[in-house]
Amino acid sequence: MSETSASSTAITGAEIFVRSLQAEGVDLVFGYPGGAVLHIYDALYQQSEVSHVLVRHEQGAVHAAEGYAKSSDRPGVALVTSGPGATNAITGIADAYMDSVPLVVFTGQVPTSMIGNDAFQEVDTVGITRPCVKHNFLVKDVKDLATTIKKAFYIATTGRPGPVVVDIPKDVTADSCEFEYPESIHMRSYNPKVRGHTGQIRRAVELILSAKQPMIYTGGGVVLGRGSEALTEFTRKLGYPITNTLMGLGAYPASDDQFLGMLGMHGTYEANMAMHHADVLIAIGARFDDRVTGNIEKFCPHAKIVHVDVDPASISKNVKVDVPIVGEVEPVLRELIRALEENGGQPDADALKAWWDQIREWRGQDCLKYDRDSELIKPQYVVQKFWELTGGDAFVTSDVGQHQMWAAQFYGFDKPNRWINSGGLGTMGVGLPFAMGVQFAHPDATVGCITGEASIQMCMQELSTCYQYQLPLKILNLNNRYLGMVRQWQEFFYQGRYAMSYMDALPDFVKLAEAYGHVGMRIDKPADVEGALKEALAQKDRLVFLDFITDQSENVYPMIPAGAGQNEMILV
Amino acid sequence: MRHIISVLLENESGALSRVAGLFSARGYNIESLTVAPTDDPTLARMTIVTSGSEEIVEQITKQLNKLIDVIKLLDLTSYPHIEREMAMIKVSVDEPGDREEVKRLADIFRGRIIDVTRKTYVIEITGEGSKLDAFLEALEPFPVQEVVRSGVMGIARGDVALQI
Repeated sequence: MSETSASSTAITGAEIFVRSLQAEGVDLVFGYPGGAVLHIYDALYQQSEVSHVLVRHEQGAVHAAEGYAKSSDRPGVALVTSGPGATNAITGIADAYMDSVPLVVFTGQVPTSMIGNDAFQEVDTVGITRPCVKHNFLVKDVKDLATTIKKAFYIATTGRPGPVVVDIPKDVTADSCEFEYPESIHMRSYNPKVRGHTGQIRRAVELILSAKQPMIYTGGGVVLGRGSEALTEFTRKLGYPITNTLMGLGAYPASDDQFLGMLGMHGTYEANMAMHHADVLIAIGARFDDRVTGNIEKFCPHAKIVHVDVDPASISKNVKVDVPIVGEVEPVLRELIRALEENGGQPDADALKAWWDQIREWRGQDCLKYDRDSELIKPQYVVQKFWELTGGDAFVTSDVGQHQMWAAQFYGFDKPNRWINSGGLGTMGVGLPFAMGVQFAHPDATVGCITGEASIQMCMQELSTCYQYQLPLKILNLNNRYLGMVRQWQEFFYQGRYAMSYMDALPDFVKLAEAYGHVGMRIDKPADVEGALKEALAQKDRLVFLDFITDQSENVYPMIPAGAGQNEMILV
Repeated sequence: MRHIISVLLENESGALSRVAGLFSARGYNIESLTVAPTDDPTLARMTIVTSGSEEIVEQITKQLNKLIDVIKLLDLTSYPHIEREMAMIKVSVDEPGDREEVKRLADIFRGRIIDVTRKTYVIEITGEGSKLDAFLEALEPFPVQEVVRSGVMGIARGDVALQI
């Protein structure tokens, strides 16, 4: 059931595809051509509204689209061919699914008459992607193409966002029909709930005001739901301590005194201790992930829990909550603020003062300290200097591992959508293509990619894309010659048996960067870190690859070992 | 605990595999699943029999609701309801006296003989699963060749209706 506008004479499916993207306001598609999508590429070639970025591997296309979406308020779009094009895209799709990234991925498919015949470059894309998409479609008739694209964007961007795959057989792109792009769409089976239940909001406010040792815990949902401003107002109004998850960093300004840092496995001592001792927990847009909760039996043993989330299935999934509120975080936070005002009650000032005294004592632990006089480059120092020199205002992507945790701990994000990483799937290799997507969305911004020598090699080929489009990224390679996080676990839990965690035979990254047409720098002394970063940042129109030779033995602290409670951290 | 969940979903190719995939991906039990189009050909109705703690069944219903093709669902276990399963059983009856005895058993269980040859009967029987089990047990002395069971269908009693 859709209202339609602007009819015209028959055009091909490929032209419908392009016109639909134009109607959606898509300005950029990340992709890679191939046999099944040749008609589409031909149609893209003959217009200029929708630009196309040619990546070097389809995984890079999807991650770049993710970076674009995560750092902006627009969905990411990727276009790949059938068969291997689609399978190469899977990691990116799964990554977007785990981190709720609004994405529409178009895959070519063999002609409808050949589906199921094991044709050249045929895979069952809808079948393969089913478990890692919010929804997917196979378009069997050109007449369904425009409506399906409309539905795909609608589903990807509303409710809890996520990736939607649209699989388009080649003959559908060649067939013709009249083009009418639906102005709006209604699906009887999909009605993302928006407003929180008024009664629940009242109950939540009563519980929130009754707290003696409150804690606010927020996740990626606040960033995705554009709830940062409302969250800041809500938190300041109450004067309660707040922590963000890895995915939620930047939703509340890191430089604010009420912010206790990130929580979880590598969260701060004060954030985890405050969680453990809280009597009322206000969880917003977070999903009680195992990297946050530690041992679920020991999680927040004293707390009554309010949980706000747009996805009802996230509520009481891992942890039973007392006051669930299903709704988009921004309007719910506004309603909570209004309800607080209407209630007129105030937080218990004496209790809150005692609670903050306790928190300050925990803060005194200085859990993120590291050896600043070391003769080796400390990875934390590099991140801290980068933060200083960029005024905390860069977009920062990371890969996965130790460097990711140091980036999260030491780059204080004051704004949302600035910290782009892979939290759920934990995908090594995302950092560089994420950064490309971010730079395309923000051509004038400083975009840093904090990575390691292992992760960066997983999508290294995209350095070529960066050269083609002259993306002036700053790549901070924290090179410790180890799969650092694997090595850390082997040191702690496998008596130092470093099985396969040593990165032998590394390339010369400086020469490699230069081979791709970029600037490469190798830094091995702490005294040179600041100068190198300054020099890199000064090269505004060049990609600079900074290869920092860091201390091999450095570990990420604090750490909650698997199976432990939040108050059972290993400290430095 | 055993739950019977009725689901109304878009009658589209792939909808069934989305549901089946959800159960296997998340490790939920599935005892039986029946599905067919309804009087409205754009809609399919599915009856799923599953088991799990209250928390798990709550997650199952939430995750089902999250599937884009699912329009509505009802946990029939929360309401007075009727459930039925059908079986067709092929049994050899070429020993003397078997024809009469099997016919008598079928009558007692209100089964119907729907195919007769010189050597076999096919019996159709409808009821709750436990009744079908009991009938199969009663047939144990006879050489049963084949059993086809439909899986459970369910509907709520009275005014409660799963409709859009």
